[in-house]
Amino acid sequence: MLSPGRTVSSRLLRPGSWLPLRLGSERTAASSLQKELIKKHELEKDELRPLYMDFQATTPMDPRVLDAMLPYQVNYYGNPHSRTHAYGWESESAMETARKQVADLIGADPREIIFTSGATESNNMAIKGVARFYQAKKHHVITTQTEHKCVLDSCRILESEGFSVTYLPVQTDGLLDLELLEASIRPDTSLVSVMTVNNEIGVKQPIKEIGKICRSKGVFFHTDAAQAIGKIPLNVSDWKIDLMSISGHKIYGPKGVGALYVRRRPRVRLEPLQNGGGQERGLRSGTVPTPLAVGLGAACSLAQQEMEYDHHRVSMLANRLVQKIMSEIPDVIMNGHPEQRYPGCVNLSFAYVEGESLLMALKDVALSSGSACTSASLEPSYVLRAIGADEDLAHSSIRFGIGRFTTEDEVDYTAEKCIQQVRRLREMSPLWEMVQEGIDLKSIKWTQH
Amino acid sequence: MAASSRAQVISLYRAMLRESQKFPSYNYRTYALRRVRDAFRANGKVEDPKTVERLMEEGRETLGVIQRQEKEQSMMNCDLNTH
Repeated sequence: MLSPGRTVSSRLLRPGSWLPLRLGSERTAASSLQKELIKKHELEKDELRPLYMDFQATTPMDPRVLDAMLPYQVNYYGNPHSRTHAYGWESESAMETARKQVADLIGADPREIIFTSGATESNNMAIKGVARFYQAKKHHVITTQTEHKCVLDSCRILESEGFSVTYLPVQTDGLLDLELLEASIRPDTSLVSVMTVNNEIGVKQPIKEIGKICRSKGVFFHTDAAQAIGKIPLNVSDWKIDLMSISGHKIYGPKGVGALYVRRRPRVRLEPLQNGGGQERGLRSGTVPTPLAVGLGAACSLAQQEMEYDHHRVSMLANRLVQKIMSEIPDVIMNGHPEQRYPGCVNLSFAYVEGESLLMALKDVALSSGSACTSASLEPSYVLRAIGADEDLAHSSIRFGIGRFTTEDEVDYTAEKCIQQVRRLREMSPLWEMVQEGIDLKSIKWTQH
Repeated sequence: MAASSRAQVISLYRAMLRESQKFPSYNYRTYALRRVRDAFRANGKVEDPKTVERLMEEGRETLGVIQRQEKEQSMMNCDLNTH
């Protein structure tokens, strides 16, 4: 019998759950004890983990990426900037290989890639850095209303510093109006920032055309490609992109790393956000986290290899999901342009159903309504508002994320559960009753007096 | 260097499927099985011995990855299953 206080796990034992131990095999017994306890705990909670259908929020690491990173977490732990010994050299060599892998994915030169802590840092660097560097002559920045919060917030900070920022509206299908963009560019515009693929509605902006316009007007073009990288083919030269933000954890790589592509010809100058030892061309000082950089590189090279296969599969699964749902229940709207999109991000609005209740009803599927960074607030997504979605439809939207590891079974299960729960919630809804009776909801006067 | 025979290719295929089956996580397991099967099917018609050898080498490397990762995950008790 186990005596209390003998092993760490004995503190976790609940009374009455003594497990017999054979003397002499304590260590293996302790670890299997630990396992037993964890299993018991999980089973007692009676919870199996939900299906993961939120690939826009983050992605699981591909086992091949983890495999590439592990040696650098365990054995090759040198600082890549150490010039004097083998630990530094091998670490630097790995970092440079990773840099080349990232560059190859987007058609850039390795010297144009700066490792950062993620796309948020890259966005901050690009927007604030470029605007501040050229502020002697240029004071205007253009962006869109559907950008990621970090872009919008950086622009807000620039406004408080005295810059003027134009937040371009988007059309109801989520696409930018190119004529409006062209008309908004002024002689003192230094930067235009438009994201490639939107993280909430999946819409793909006409980046090639925007690049052409910006190049012709002599304005730098930055794009947040966090959701697009590795999923659609991108080429910074063909598309005339001057700055591009890359995120590791959206392409089955590690969290905490990203990159910024900064064009060298014609040269784009930036005021660095983070100063220090002059690493990364002086634009981003700080030790480059070799294991994370290696992970990002491996993820990029894998993405390039698997792009066609993944795209084909994700399109097929997304179609399957949307067809299934739309054929079974009425009044479902897909937000965003039906063709100019990345298929793996499906944002559906279910009329007469409240988004939060639907999310809670679908508790065995991990989904979100809107983006992860705004999921804490109760307001409907600003992206949906920008595309002109009705207030009530904006509240009823769910984002389904499909990725490399999604299976047909998961999609089928999600679709069935969704259909079932929407029907159930609608049955309980008085609005739905009224609609069934043919009452036009817009004609109702809701106030009493 | 002799090109890999049909028997060797099939043996590698079987080994990869066997190892993929051992992944504790549902999503990794189904992905590995599916990807291995699709990759071998897609490359089924390749004749050129150099290409065959290169693909076999890649396959062996991937088999190594699968073996290491599957062991890693089993040890970490990542077998909390999904629905």
